[in-house]
Amino acid sequence: MAIIRLHQPLGGPFAELDRIRREFDRLFDEFTSGFFPGERSGVFPPVNVYEGKEHYLLTAELPGVDPSDVEITVTEDSLTIRGERKPDDGGESANYHRRERGSGTFRRVITLPDKVNPDKVEATSRRGILYVRLPKAEEVKPRQIQIKSA
Amino acid sequence: MSQKDMQPLEKKEAQAFRPEETRGLPYYSPHVDIYETENALTIVADMPGVESQNVNIDLKDNVLTLQGRVTPPDTADLSPVYREYREGHFYRQFILSEIVDQDRITAQMSKGVLTVTLPKVEHARPRKIEVKSA
Repeated sequence: MAIIRLHQPLGGPFAELDRIRREFDRLFDEFTSGFFPGERSGVFPPVNVYEGKEHYLLTAELPGVDPSDVEITVTEDSLTIRGERKPDDGGESANYHRRERGSGTFRRVITLPDKVNPDKVEATSRRGILYVRLPKAEEVKPRQIQIKSA
Repeated sequence: MSQKDMQPLEKKEAQAFRPEETRGLPYYSPHVDIYETENALTIVADMPGVESQNVNIDLKDNVLTLQGRVTPPDTADLSPVYREYREGHFYRQFILSEIVDQDRITAQMSKGVLTVTLPKVEHARPRKIEVKSA
């Protein structure tokens, strides 16, 4: 069976112009935001790290990876993710048209921006995305200083 | 079992024509595996962050459209520190040849992976030809 990827836009001549305009918008957005993933690590999985007042949140896209195949270890200032994405095999009789998704093992270490409390780290997995919540260590949490009136 | 290391896959933006978003999230072209067995054609697409009710599968004039709307993590009170990937919706189209039984297409979503099974119509299944010896 032949499967052909659509290269032509479906919406006629103006669709192409519209696409070009959107492409420019996108380039402009990326250029002006100054904050887009140019920071490629070359290691799977790519991660995003967010900072809150009391904790860090790390997210990683791990579609098709079973949580039981992922191992996370945390120290005060680093996080290691190891695991395996098993090939989603169609069985012996399957013949492939395309194979873009890839499979294999991964191990990655991420240096955290600041000290965390390794005992209170929680990891969840939802819709193929891994969420790791890392509470900051007590000594690095921001403290509010009361000003005493003399 | 293979001990191959998983390589990072670059997210490619979807190029085909699609309506514009009111909210400015990009659309990515999901990575797919497509395989064929005797009875069916199966498309497996990586759509991390997509809930099953936000998947839209459409087949019209032999064009199969896969669309998944992502639910981004709630980061309202957080500020980004590292950013190695962007969240976005997913969109990809394929032209199918006519041998698919359009009424029996099934799909399921699990762990951010969409699997669409397109059963072949009866007459398109391969027949084994016996070679008779004379």
